[in-house]
Amino acid sequence: MFYIFCPYCDERREEEEFHPSGQAHITRPADPENCSDEEWGDYLFFRDNPRGIHHELWVHRLGCRKFFNITRDTTTYEILETYPMGERPTVTAERAGVRQEQGVQTADGGWQTVGARPENSKLNEETPS
Amino acid sequence: MSQHNRLNQGGRIDRSRSLSFTFNGQRYQGFAGDTLASALLANGVDIVNRSFKYSRPRGIIAAGADEPSAIMQLGASEAAQVPNVRATQQALYDGLVARSTNGWPSVQRDVMSWVGRLGGHLMPPGFYYKTFMAPASMWMTYEKWIRKGAGLGRSPAASDPDIYDHLNQHCDVLVIGAGPAGLGAALSAARAGARVILCDEQEEMGGSLLDSRESLDDAPAADWVAKAVAELDAMESVTLLPRTTANGYHDHNFVTLHERRTEHLADTAAGAGREGEVRSRLHRVRAEQVVLASGAHERPLVYANNDVPGNMVAGAVSTYIRRYGVVPGQKLVLTTNNDHAYRAALDWQEAGRDVVAVVDSRANPDGELVQQARDSGIRVITGSAVMEGKGNQRVSGARVVAIDTPRFVVTGSIEELDCDTIASSGGYSPVVHLASHTGKRPQWRDDLLGFVPGEVKGMHYAGGVQGIYALDESLADGARAGAEAARAGGFEAAGAMTLPAAASRRESATEALYQVPHEKTSLRAPKQFVDFQNDVTAAAIELATREGFESIEHVKRYTALGFGTDQGKLGNINGMAIAARCLHRSIPEVGTTVFRPNYTPVTFGAIVGRHCRELFDPERYTALHQWHVENGAEFEDVGQWKRPWYFPQKRRADGQERLETMHEAVARECLAVRQGVGILDASTLGKIDIQGPDAREFLGRVYTNKWAKLAPGRVRYGVMCKDDGMVMDDGTTSCLGDNHFLMTTTTGGAASVLEWLELWHQTEWPELQVYFNSVTDHWATITVTGPEARKLFSEVTDIDLDREQFKFMDWREGRVAGVPARVFRISFTGELAFEINVQANYALHVWKTLFAHGEKYDLTPYGTETMHVLRAEKGLIIAGQDTDGSVTPEDLGMHWAVGYDKPFAWIGKRALNRPDTAREDRKQLVGLKPKDPKVVLEEGAQIVLDPDQAIPMTMMGHVTSSYYSPVLESGFALAVLKGGRKRMGETVYLPMSNGTTHEAEVVSTIFVDPKGERQNV
Ligand SMILES: [Zn+2]
Repeated sequence: MFYIFCPYCDERREEEEFHPSGQAHITRPADPENCSDEEWGDYLFFRDNPRGIHHELWVHRLGCRKFFNITRDTTTYEILETYPMGERPTVTAERAGVRQEQGVQTADGGWQTVGARPENSKLNEETPS
Repeated sequence: MSQHNRLNQGGRIDRSRSLSFTFNGQRYQGFAGDTLASALLANGVDIVNRSFKYSRPRGIIAAGADEPSAIMQLGASEAAQVPNVRATQQALYDGLVARSTNGWPSVQRDVMSWVGRLGGHLMPPGFYYKTFMAPASMWMTYEKWIRKGAGLGRSPAASDPDIYDHLNQHCDVLVIGAGPAGLGAALSAARAGARVILCDEQEEMGGSLLDSRESLDDAPAADWVAKAVAELDAMESVTLLPRTTANGYHDHNFVTLHERRTEHLADTAAGAGREGEVRSRLHRVRAEQVVLASGAHERPLVYANNDVPGNMVAGAVSTYIRRYGVVPGQKLVLTTNNDHAYRAALDWQEAGRDVVAVVDSRANPDGELVQQARDSGIRVITGSAVMEGKGNQRVSGARVVAIDTPRFVVTGSIEELDCDTIASSGGYSPVVHLASHTGKRPQWRDDLLGFVPGEVKGMHYAGGVQGIYALDESLADGARAGAEAARAGGFEAAGAMTLPAAASRRESATEALYQVPHEKTSLRAPKQFVDFQNDVTAAAIELATREGFESIEHVKRYTALGFGTDQGKLGNINGMAIAARCLHRSIPEVGTTVFRPNYTPVTFGAIVGRHCRELFDPERYTALHQWHVENGAEFEDVGQWKRPWYFPQKRRADGQERLETMHEAVARECLAVRQGVGILDASTLGKIDIQGPDAREFLGRVYTNKWAKLAPGRVRYGVMCKDDGMVMDDGTTSCLGDNHFLMTTTTGGAASVLEWLELWHQTEWPELQVYFNSVTDHWATITVTGPEARKLFSEVTDIDLDREQFKFMDWREGRVAGVPARVFRISFTGELAFEINVQANYALHVWKTLFAHGEKYDLTPYGTETMHVLRAEKGLIIAGQDTDGSVTPEDLGMHWAVGYDKPFAWIGKRALNRPDTAREDRKQLVGLKPKDPKVVLEEGAQIVLDPDQAIPMTMMGHVTSSYYSPVLESGFALAVLKGGRKRMGETVYLPMSNGTTHEAEVVSTIFVDPKGERQNV
């Protein structure tokens, strides 16, 4: 259960009051009529799935009803910052020097680029018992 | 039976308060301060259970949360049954009734043991998979049989009489565990001014200090505990929670604590004389900082027959003697690889019983405790270990042999010692469970021979959990961790804390020994148990590695090591060490499994709290709910709303009075609306008030159709799409003024549509000046509809209802039944209709006034079922029923509601220009008329064109709504069908699961009044 700081209410509240709305900073093409189907498809359907720092859009649904952004580490679930709409994140993967790439997590907790084979899979990852 | 193992003095029990209890039907006596386990041991009860897989007799092994075998079914009455309670964690109370969860017909004579003995060969590791999986159809039978035999406890068949609470708590520092480190941490954090919660799972706070041989400030350690607890108790900023287990550690320092408030007194709160009080609480703690002081569990050694009753963990022997005044036997052999375990031998001897020998695997142990044992005349056999226990229902001897630990072989001849108790110690495993609940892997420390917790943000470790075992060091470490946690929470201690003086003892190092080598191989030696609860042996782990299981996670699943309520408390490290030896790897290379919440079982009552029965989920009632109840409505759940479904009336037939069936009631209600006048409570409809100079522009962007010219006083139907062009919701929006609109949504869509509007306003078009507010609950909505609606309604309103003045799709403000109202001429039935909105608290008055005037028109209340039939007869869709997120407005035949020439690229427009949405073979909304009018097609039924095609058939679409129409005297349906609009008049087929096939004709979606004249009168 996350403990989320709402930048509008100016305090931390329980996750139950919030609702995630996917990746932040998705820009709708300015002139939809004149963009290609591919550009439109990218905007509609394609999202990042980073291991590490991720910027997300959340709404304080049962509070002030404001949308805002969260920078969250997807491996530790740590929330690194929250900031209002219209602002840019101060914590980014580039700045933190975090390796950010498309791929999947391997069973040993390592990282695998899509299509590659795990080099040394120890298969130590927990699955529910 | 007498308490023949009870000492005459010592321990923290009250010998003046005798308590009587029942175990497996036999009556026993114990004392106040006992646990169920200590009382059973005092009475000399050796066998408390039968093992899970082999049905071997099992006794009490440990003294706390690590006990794997003494798992009880508690409760004197059916309603009070609690399964899977550890006897070691259950305080004794007068009248306690306990049974073994396993063993049938009794633990003494277990018919299953034959199976177990044979099962030595029948049940190798993976036995579930190998033996019982085929044939799959037999699995249910097998599982039932296994569960009956294995006896994993049972849930009560009667309703729980008790109540449970959830409490949300906040604190600066949560300290988990009140042993020396935890008390030190709580004291230092609290003295620094932090708000502290200190919880401990035991009956008393103090942890290891309660049975310690050590002194603090030259007084018994327990005296210091009393002082420390008293100081904390007196501080307002401190909350003490005894009998409270921290069961789960979740993200952002969210910790769930299970506090048992009456379980130590009786099996129900009422039985404890606390009628109406809360039995247990779940504290949901949001802690700024957490100090984990959960200590360590002692590992038993793995040797042959180490599960026969009389085998115990060394520390537990000390605990029973010193804390409960119980010596669980006469003649002790202790086998150990460390100094600390020598306490058991010293305590045993001081209790006046015979210590046969201490068998130490180390060649030259010379620590202080070892010396003390030698000085007390105890025989210490070095370089050796107990290789095998003797006995069946109770230990009768120990076979001791010299061993070469690194080479894992026995080196000398075997000596047989006569004894009834074997205490063993293989070192200590920090209780890292909570620290790994969020996925952080523990780290192996070679110097400690154990895993310590990995770094978790906001969590501090104190004492045994990070391998600091010596009392003086543990106290100091606690004080340090408490001060650090307080500092991290913004509280600075005034100065260093003065700690009570404790002796520092010289210890010789622990030797890495997990499994004792046997003269025979692991596979041929008598069983050497690793996980007692799941009956996992060393041989099973060895076999698993031989069969190619290299990952510890796979070994775990194959053998069941660390499963269940045990969660590997005693066995995990030994199991990993054995796997590592077999795989010729080190323990850190093999790694550890991580632990899941909960640490120990939590009752469903505590998890559920008050969220049961009528409080399980919020129920929403309209302002007219009570009237519906009084008038016999059957209700339907729509989201959280309770809506009248239909109003069954009494009916006389064959001289008998009975209630209408749903079919009869709905037919009557439908005909009333089509022929007279009906009334519906439509208050649950979502209503959003939209204001601002850009409100009109905003509507034009979120709806597919045009809004630029909608004048005040007019209403328009609108369809909303997502940006993928698929229909999301629909409803009417009325222009209340140039800058003011009232939007309606589906009942279920109210909250999500509001969030949708906010999303687009706040993230895409913040420059638009527009504001949204939900007014669903503020207005009650009453629909009066049918050919007689105008006549009736004119009697109660001052609004001019002339058909030229107040047209279809107009709205007017005025008075209804004397109160202010907005009236909308919109229709969801296809009949003349007035939708009356009044302030919710006037609703009942208006409703009753309508009925007073409506009697002469036979005004008929109708519910959601009739509403559905009437709207479907008119081909009016319900978003979410006739659409599923893959349906465009065009698919619904609503091209008239799509403004392709609107200037702004409204939501969904771009996607509707894709080639895919222009395909002619898309599934399109059509009507279906079954060839047999008695047939009501199943909603969801698949449509095929060729009923004789072999399976898999080509599916062309499916039924979305289907009812019986009393007007048509036939079943009818709406469906989505590939290229449906071009198939009008064709026959399609609907094969059913029972082998029959229905025939239906593809028809228009509008079944009644195709020209729409009836609503326009
Ligand atoms: Zn807020």
